[in-house]
Amino acid sequence: MTTDYAALEPSRSEKFRQRILPLILFALLLVVIPFFGPSRTTLTLLNHMGINIVFALAFNMLLGRAGLLTFGHAVYVGLGGYFCVHILNWIDASDGGFWSSVPVFSMPIWGFAMGALAGAVIGWPSCKRSGTPFAMISLGVAELMAAFAYMFDSFFGGEMGISGDRMSGPEFLGLSLGPLDEVYWFIAFWTFVGVALMFAFTRTPLGKLSEATRDNPERVQFIGFNPTRVRYLVFIFSGAFAGMSGGMAAVQDEIFTPESLSLIPSGAVLIAAYIGGIRYFTGPIMGAIVLTYMQSNLSDYSAGWLLYLGLLFICVVMFVPNGIAGMVYGGYDAVRKGKTAEVLGQFALRALGVALMAVSVIVIVEVAFRYSEGYGEVFEPFGLSLPPESVLTWILAVVPLAAGIWLTRHVTRKAEEV
Amino acid sequence: METIVFSLLNGIIYGLLLFMLSSGLTLIFSMMGVLNFAHASFYMLGAYFAYTVMGATNYWVALILAPIIVGVVGMGVERWGLRRVHANGHVAELLFTFGLAYLIDEIVKIVWGRTSVNYQVPDALNFPLFTIYNAQYSAYRIFILFVAIFMLCALWYLLKKTRAGLIIQAALTHPHMVGHLGHNVPAIFMGVFGAGCALAGLAGVIGGNYFITDPAMAVQMGPIVFVVVVVGGLGSLEGAFVAAMLIGLLQTFAISINASFADIFGFLGLSPTSEFGSITIASMAPMLPFLLLVLILIVRPTGLMGDREV
Repeated sequence: MTTDYAALEPSRSEKFRQRILPLILFALLLVVIPFFGPSRTTLTLLNHMGINIVFALAFNMLLGRAGLLTFGHAVYVGLGGYFCVHILNWIDASDGGFWSSVPVFSMPIWGFAMGALAGAVIGWPSCKRSGTPFAMISLGVAELMAAFAYMFDSFFGGEMGISGDRMSGPEFLGLSLGPLDEVYWFIAFWTFVGVALMFAFTRTPLGKLSEATRDNPERVQFIGFNPTRVRYLVFIFSGAFAGMSGGMAAVQDEIFTPESLSLIPSGAVLIAAYIGGIRYFTGPIMGAIVLTYMQSNLSDYSAGWLLYLGLLFICVVMFVPNGIAGMVYGGYDAVRKGKTAEVLGQFALRALGVALMAVSVIVIVEVAFRYSEGYGEVFEPFGLSLPPESVLTWILAVVPLAAGIWLTRHVTRKAEEV
Repeated sequence: METIVFSLLNGIIYGLLLFMLSSGLTLIFSMMGVLNFAHASFYMLGAYFAYTVMGATNYWVALILAPIIVGVVGMGVERWGLRRVHANGHVAELLFTFGLAYLIDEIVKIVWGRTSVNYQVPDALNFPLFTIYNAQYSAYRIFILFVAIFMLCALWYLLKKTRAGLIIQAALTHPHMVGHLGHNVPAIFMGVFGAGCALAGLAGVIGGNYFITDPAMAVQMGPIVFVVVVVGGLGSLEGAFVAAMLIGLLQTFAISINASFADIFGFLGLSPTSEFGSITIASMAPMLPFLLLVLILIVRPTGLMGDREV
């Protein structure tokens, strides 16, 4: 019996719907946003979202696609970004010569090149191993690079970092890149380019091979490819795209500090990608959006926002390993199979349970925070007064938590019975 | 001479503390394959618990009680956290402990504040024990030495001479076989995880007032503990011991060397005022463990004394 493989290929319309249409919609979204007249804060937030989307996708080329966990991916963002800030200064200082003809608009390309170079140099020794040793090497390299950054002031600028000016050099497409809305177009353009290129990468033979290497390196060897080489090539591309996001950040923020190479942003991108869902291409995009939003907004509301982030991350690792994207696509699948009512009902109950638990957790954390600071400040949500010794506080801290746990367990048990 | 003796003493004490921290991690890592990112957080918890218990009673109660509490917390984490995530593979487990480290850091900040707490050496041990080269040597450091050596002997006896140790050793290399023989492997895992955390807690109790007790102590210590475990080799407590001493001595000696690169490579024409030439060996000290880590992983993936690749 022979299988007709040509018949298994998706039809033209399916290809269009699955591969081209989402990108067109994404581009449309990027174009439409400025017409709603976002404020300066919103624009800055959107710009950082774009940068983080590219970074998270680059990170996920390794973790999600190639199965390589790295704790030091911010190194490539940092190196690409630093290189770009230096170029900004060279452009500013140039008088004729090569750099005077380089538009600032091209920064992400320079960042891309620098990231690729850094990936090629650092990746050579680290990609000989995979799994936990690879993760450990990346951690060691990240610590080394962060220490280097504080040592060599001429390139990294010491604690203060290095700043540049994005408004110098020739204009490109009539963008002076001075006002924030022009920077938005710059970021939007390169975000789209980055997303489209990284999506295209997953369709290339190398992209497919990296997934095969993740799932079964031995069989990849059997069909005649070298897994180490595949990992190394993917690593270079991933470093390059990370460097590209560094170039975008250099233009947006006009400053880079050694902090940007440290373990903190590396950990943040790991959390973003995982919360979004590493098994899906769009997962890291959603994760980057959520995390950037939390970073800039939640930190205004509560001093304990890192605690909420840690809790969210642990809950995702424990209960929703496929992340936000997994939930979205799971729901979409259920709707297509005509089980809308059933899934929606379950989802609503679960959401209610989670919301109940969240109420308790927030009350506990906020009251505890204010109590430990010792200024006698009282947590007052929605006009309620919740001092640590009041009975209402304790009721709010315990009852919704218990109810939420009971509800979610009940729903899970029901779902398993079916 | 003076520097050498002091560096040697301090290096040994630091190395023993590192070993106390990493012995538990080595056991956990070899047995469960989980590199516990939160291990240093348990070290921090040990110091903070000791501070609180010491405030209520005295240091000697804290020395016993704090590691036990940390151990119980660790067992809880294994029972209700790690075991659940285990089904999703090693990466999920690693990420779980990564998130846990985040969480413990934040909880410590809430409970004990963002600045360091005044966790002090007990009065009974706060005196100079002897004087060498006209410098006094604190009794507490020697106390650390003795506690560490006592722990070392106890651990060695437990693992090599008792039946429980025999089962743990077997579970290190052949967990499935141990399971088939009728032992409750998950319970062993939970016990070892708890004991490992308790050891980290003990290191926190005696290290917290030797160094400083603040919310950053986990982040500072965490990566170095990994280096010890990986350099020492999987499944090898002896390796972890050698690696801990090596790193302890290496770092302590490097800090005491004031020579710069220009002094060493001056004959190659390296100027002492150049950026590279002005770097001193002392300022390189924090980097040395990571250099060692990267080199070992590339050159000798099994670690110094391990029998398997990581």
